[in-house]
Amino acid sequence: MTDILFILFAVVAVGGAIGVVIGRSPVASLLFMVATLASVAGIYVLFEAHFLAAIQVLVYAGAIMVLFLFVIMLLNLGHDYRADFRYGSWSLLSLVVVGLTAGVLMQGFSGDVGADLLENGAAAAAAIDAAVVEKGAVGVIADPLFTDYVVAFELMGLLLLVAIVAAVVLAKPRGSGEG
Amino acid sequence: MGEMQELSTFWFVTFGAVKVVAVFTVVMAVVAYMTLAERRVSAFIQDRLGPNRVGPFGLLQPIADGIKNIIKEETMPGTAAKFYFVLGPALAIMPAVVTFAVIPFAAPLPTPVGTVDMIVADVPIGILYILALSSLAVYGIVLSGWASNNKYAFLGGLRASAQMISYEVALGLSVIAVLLLAGNVTLTEMVWKQQQLGLWFVFPLSLAFIFFLISALAETNRLPFDMPEAESELITGYHTEYSAMKFSMFFIAEYAHVVTASALMATLFFGGWDIPFWPGDDMFRHEGAWIRGFDESGAPIPTSPSVLITLLTLAAFSAKTGFFLLLYIWIRWTLPRFRYDQVMHLGWKVLLPAALGYIMLIAGTMLVLDQLGVAYGMLYGLVLTAVSGVTTLAFLFFVDRDRVISGAHRKRPGRARVARPAGGPAGRTTSS
Repeated sequence: MTDILFILFAVVAVGGAIGVVIGRSPVASLLFMVATLASVAGIYVLFEAHFLAAIQVLVYAGAIMVLFLFVIMLLNLGHDYRADFRYGSWSLLSLVVVGLTAGVLMQGFSGDVGADLLENGAAAAAAIDAAVVEKGAVGVIADPLFTDYVVAFELMGLLLLVAIVAAVVLAKPRGSGEG
Repeated sequence: MGEMQELSTFWFVTFGAVKVVAVFTVVMAVVAYMTLAERRVSAFIQDRLGPNRVGPFGLLQPIADGIKNIIKEETMPGTAAKFYFVLGPALAIMPAVVTFAVIPFAAPLPTPVGTVDMIVADVPIGILYILALSSLAVYGIVLSGWASNNKYAFLGGLRASAQMISYEVALGLSVIAVLLLAGNVTLTEMVWKQQQLGLWFVFPLSLAFIFFLISALAETNRLPFDMPEAESELITGYHTEYSAMKFSMFFIAEYAHVVTASALMATLFFGGWDIPFWPGDDMFRHEGAWIRGFDESGAPIPTSPSVLITLLTLAAFSAKTGFFLLLYIWIRWTLPRFRYDQVMHLGWKVLLPAALGYIMLIAGTMLVLDQLGVAYGMLYGLVLTAVSGVTTLAFLFFVDRDRVISGAHRKRPGRARVARPAGGPAGRTTSS
């Protein structure tokens, strides 16, 4: 059952990702992207990473992609730019990127990482299961985030704040006192 | 006594399927009768009769409406993006009908083959599941507005996406206060924590409830937040071009959202299926047994599920949810519609900072109480109730009409110059 679901989600995720690239219109690409994100969330659920799945849908599919949709619709992007993306140097570049990524992944999983996963994966999964029972699905993520990695976490927050302030400053009309 | 018999896989799947069908049917029936209730209550508020011809008291009106919507002609605007035009209503209704799955609607039901939880799916992420799926509801509205190729529909879609994203933030922040106090995200545990506290969360977290109520109104696009379909400005907004059953699907989605939001308010802030002033219905899984609470020494007090308690708690849950359904209708026919900039102002400049400050306050109070060694119980709840009560009064004082939600002319001198005659009186005159 789990295998069937995994294959289903994986096919939709990869198919959606291909759809993003070859989609006929920006809106179609965006919906393919949403399908991919939702399928990846489904795979997270199969791995019992419920919290990650919820955040994936909530943040990426539910907020960021809606913002993309908003922008696409406001700018009313048509089909006139298609030639720029579909052929020529872009496809060459994407091939190179895909090849490099695949190479790095294969290198990683066939080497130390793969061996390590095979050896210690089950033990790590059992440890996580025990932690979920003790702290709940959210606590497992929240606990290290707000203890071991709290400095990095706060710095990330600061970085995002800087980005928001920068966006507001850039968007503000020049010469007006009040936004 | 108190021993728990787990369901076998076969019975788990069987009862699961039964619960899915039952909950879906009940939600759809409530949605159908919400339309009738809305028309009858609005008629009552406006001193009219409302639909009373089809069946006794008009009780068959929803069925007549349903048949009419199915057999009416479907229109397809010639310039619409056809695929997305059809996809829109489907995407709108999908999140609305699945979110109810994680809400517990009664105490566990004992059966000869084991105890059945009265919840469709007790997923470990609980409330986050609802937040995640309801955040997808905006796609249906935005896509149908865009695909209609009609400027009113498009404006409605844009308003909907801006509004739903804005109030999702306030909604999430108001839920965080509940998560702090409950210490977990599953709704089953939230009901249990309220039973343990001896107080429904609406008292210790009164301001969070007000924020949640406002945000839920905005998320469901109901008056006074129905900017996406403001009739006087946008015809009917994003569903202007829709007819027959596709049109009806938007309404089913909206009412299903209202039902879920009402059930959620009852669960998060009013104890869910808990019956007030009676500890006999308290029930929770604890180390493989059903318990009712802990005695002085911390030992669990066993209890056992019974059919009577299940029925009573189901009635309690229905009554609470029904009250909020009525409240939704009541608000719709009482309050006028906001202006669009007021909606954005309220969401980003009032609710967001206030909710953030409130979270800090609640977290701080809880930290102090924990440090003082106050046990989670009545005293704990009463201290929080006092703190929240003062904050709520202060908030209501500052959200006074002319302090925070005033006319835009007072906040934007640039626009006021256009709208108001030169030399006109500054202050309270309306700008239009």
